[in-house]
Formats: sequence, C-alpha cells, structure tokens
Amino acid sequence: MLHRYPKRAAFIMLILTTLIAAFPLWGEVVFGSQANFILEKLTLMLILALFAMSLDLLVGVLGLVSLGHALFFGLGAYTLALASPDFSPASMWWMLPLVMGVSACVGLVIGVLVIRTKGIFFIMTTLAFGQMLYYFISTSQFAGGTDGVFIMFRPSLELGGSTLLDLDNPYSFFYFCLGMLLVGYLFLRWLTRSYFGQVLDGIHDNEHRMQALGYATSGYKLIAFVIAGVMAAVAGMLAAMQYGFANPAQLGWHTSGEVLMMLILGGMGTIFGPILGAFAYEILLYIYEHTTTHWPILMGVTIIVAVLILPRGIAGLIIAPPWHRKRQTSAEIVGKESKASVSAQPVTQSKED
Amino acid sequence: MRDEIVLATHGLTRRFGGLVAVNDVDFDVKANEIHAILGPNGAGKSTLINLLSGEIPPSEGQVLYRQQPIQGKSARQIARMGIGRSHQKTNIFPRLTCLQNCELAARIHMGGVFGSWRSRQTAQKVSERAQEVLDTCQLNHRAYTTAADMSYGEQRQLQIAMVLATAPSLMLLDEPMAGMGREETAQVTDLLASLTDRYTLVLIEHDMDSVFRLADRITVMVDGCVLESGPTEQIRTSEKVRDVYLGRHDEEAIA
Repeated sequence: MLHRYPKRAAFIMLILTTLIAAFPLWGEVVFGSQANFILEKLTLMLILALFAMSLDLLVGVLGLVSLGHALFFGLGAYTLALASPDFSPASMWWMLPLVMGVSACVGLVIGVLVIRTKGIFFIMTTLAFGQMLYYFISTSQFAGGTDGVFIMFRPSLELGGSTLLDLDNPYSFFYFCLGMLLVGYLFLRWLTRSYFGQVLDGIHDNEHRMQALGYATSGYKLIAFVIAGVMAAVAGMLAAMQYGFANPAQLGWHTSGEVLMMLILGGMGTIFGPILGAFAYEILLYIYEHTTTHWPILMGVTIIVAVLILPRGIAGLIIAPPWHRKRQTSAEIVGKESKASVSAQPVTQSKED
Repeated sequence: MRDEIVLATHGLTRRFGGLVAVNDVDFDVKANEIHAILGPNGAGKSTLINLLSGEIPPSEGQVLYRQQPIQGKSARQIARMGIGRSHQKTNIFPRLTCLQNCELAARIHMGGVFGSWRSRQTAQKVSERAQEVLDTCQLNHRAYTTAADMSYGEQRQLQIAMVLATAPSLMLLDEPMAGMGREETAQVTDLLASLTDRYTLVLIEHDMDSVFRLADRITVMVDGCVLESGPTEQIRTSEKVRDVYLGRHDEEAIA
C-alpha cells in the first residue's frame, strides 16, 4: 500500500536517528577537536532535511514540481531577521507563529495563482515568483540588499521567566532542530496516510478522474501548497538562526534546485527519503568541495548516475533492495502472464506491510 | 416513475474547428432504463458523453437533467448532481488499492474528506459503501490489491465499481467492455443487467450481443447526427441502421 513501507525502513531510520541524537556522546571520540564543526554541519543537515521533506509533499506526493520552494525558505529567514529586535533576543513563542503565519499568507496568495498550472508551467510560475522575491529583497534597502540582514540574538525559548532551552548553545540548538524535524516528519507521515493524503495521491495519479468524481482538486492542492510552504519557512527560520543572518541566496533558484536534488537523491514521495537525501547531498558536497575546485562537475555526475541506477533514490534502495527484486521477478512473471499493467509501478508495493 | 425523463438534450451541437462532432442531437433517457448509443468509429458517441458529463462545453443546444439545464456547469458540479461516468480508457488510481479507489469515490458523496476526518461514523459509512460496491462488482477478493497489479478486466470492473460508489442516479458508461475477453464481457454484461432496478444507464458499447441483450432503447449515431432512436427491437429490424452500421461496418463493429 502507498505510504506504507517495510519494517526495515523504520528500523534503519530509527538507528540513524539514535546515532545522530547520540552524537554529543561519540562525536568528540571520533572527530576530536573537529566535533564542534561536525555538530554545526549536522544541525544544518537536519534543517535542510526538514526543508527537503516539505518539498516532497508537493513533488513526491502531489506530483507538482516546484522550482521556487526556496521562496518560503528565504521568507522564513527574512521574517525572523526583520522581526527580531536589535539589542535583545526575540521570543520563540512569538517568532514561530509569526513565521508560520506570514508564510501561510504568502503561500495562499501565490498558491491561488500557481495552482491553476501543471507540469512545466507550474515549474515556470513557481520559479518566477521565487525570482521576483529574490530580486525584490536583494534590491531593497530595508532588507539589507545583497548583504542580507544579521541576526544579533537568537530567539530564546522561555517559559514563565526561566529558559526552557538555551538556543545559543550549539548542542541545545541541535536538539531543537532534531525535534522540529521529528515533528515535521510525524506530521507529514500522518497527513499522507490520512484521507486528505489519499486525495493528494488521487490527484497525483489522475486529477481529471478526481474532478469527474466530484472533487474540487484546486482546493486540496492549495492546502498542500500552503502546508509545504509553512514547513519550508520554519526550516528557513532555523537556517537563519544557525547562520546568524538572512541572505538573498537563501531565496534564489539555486537553493530551490539544490533541495530538488536532495529529493531526487533521497527518493521522492516517501517522506523519509528526502531526509536521507539531504544528509547524502551535504556529505557528498563536503567531500567534493574538499577534493577539487570543480566540485559541481562531480556533483552533476553523481546526480545523473543516481537517477540512472536508483530511480527511486536511496529510499527505493531500502524499500526494495536489488537482491529482493531479483527474488521476486520469477514470481512476478508468472503472475503477470494474464495481466496487462497500465503503469510501471513496481509490484513490490502490494507485498509490503 | 418508469417513464420519467431523467436526461434530455435539445439541439446539442459541438464543433471542433471545422468538424462538427455532434450535430443537433435530440435524445432523452428515461428513469431505470439502459439507453445504448451505437455508431461507427468517429460517430461522435464519446463527444456526446463528454458533453453530458460536462467535460467539454457544447457549442450550441441544451442538456436538461431532471428539468434543470446543466450545460456550462463544470464536470465536478455535474458529478455532484448525481451523474457518474466511466471513461473509455481505463481511468483508475493505479497506486491506490482497489478498496481505496472505491473509498475515494464514495467519500466525496458521503460527507467528504473532512467529514471522514472528523467523524468515525462517516469513515465507517464510506468504508462500508466501498465494500458494498466491490461485492456488487465481485471484486472483494481484490480489495487490498494495488490497482496497477490487477488484470485489465478487473481494472475495468473497478472503474464501474467506482462509478457505483458515487451513488449516482444516472451512469454514463463509455465502452465498459472495451478490450475485454469473452468471459469478462459476459460477467460485466450480467453486472450491468443487475443494476437496472436501481440505476439509469447510458451505455456506449461496440459489443453488439451485449447491447442487444441489455439495452431497453438504442440511439444510433452516424457522423455526429442521430440516425434512428427507439426500442431495441425497432433498431434490430431497422433497414436504415442495417445499411449504415450493421451492414457496411459489420466487420468493424465486431472488431
């Protein structure tokens, strides 16, 4: 069944999560003095994973490829940067709802306009809106132009006057990001398995048929677009806290393209795949950057090879490992003799869960 | 009740550029009858169904559903008024299970997605309805199979099940038996015959045996125009129909 995966997927994800959560325990032993730097990288990966996951709701689940998703990422960063007071930390209890509210409103306005389009036109319109905001921000005085805006104090998380979590501490912030990613993941997991998620799957498969059944598909697509935007904005806010500034580069189509590559690498439509994709992409990027100055070539080749041999990304490797696939083919052939399959969906899905 | 006219068209016309696909068509469908539309390829049968279901707007003319004009309404609005349709090409959700396909269809007419979210009762009713139509279409043994993994004939049956799940009062079926084997055709014919006490059907079909067995009335179309319309016996013995369709296009009709 769709959005139900074999137990080993959950098992692998659980092990990886535990490993990452326990990093403060083993980090210094393995990386020595570099542990702090690695922790910073891991925090960034967690943030990008949340960002990639939000895009998966659009691209993987709904089937709408957006090349302007960084718009929301940057919007989250700028909302935090511009709303933060200069000489004191802002409260997280205000900032999080503010970022979510602003991105939801912007998502609603842009969504109404772009959701009417499909395929290449959806790509172009989302790209256009992303670039519009990019040029607006990078030429605006109030937003610091191309330099961006610095955030002097990270927002604080207080309850009744006492600090709940000191976000200035890299370790606390790391756990805060891990928590946000987990909440995001559980939310999307619940959403894709809900009745609402089923409608999104239906629209992905055959929007025309959904309309013929009586569904107002635009409304559902709009809701999904706004949800994806809000999650990306939260990721953007975390990124701005991590970097200490909001920069126009976070808005541009480069960022949208990068997150799309994480998605392809990780496996679209699986929700947990993009998390793996974000980590894989960042690790590869780090290795390539330190190998050669021409790292984009290496990255490009990697993505091409990944698409060729892993069409369903790293997640596909976990859901249906190659050795598993071979075992199934003989059974498949017998079963398929009398069947005319309409789509190239792998038969493995029915055998899961 | 039986003679109540459910659907009627007046001067229905659709042009595609210079081509007149449907030309000044008047026909009506009575409650609880099976009304078949026959005609050689390119006669405008599918265009007519698309006009009735709101998938394309007519160039001229009127469509009345229970005395209400429905031309110009969207496919979604017409679906929600109780006109369900199946498509000529297999049109299901391949990645969802058989049961989920039917649930999607049933849900929209039973409180919708958010209703099923809010109340366990609605979700239960939707699920029961989906099971019920799978029973009717003899697909219950396939309930948890991904639709893409089912045989072609089963997928066609699922398509009918989905139309049934929307609880329509009028069903428009575009070649439900296209590409099916003899056994499957007989099965679907039986299924459709069993539906007449509850539903009104408009049927486009090439399989002559099934059409003459099932239909109460038949409308024959040629080149976008109605050649003849009447009870099955009248069409079976009509000289005009024999010349144009059964005679000249005999081989094509069988194929």
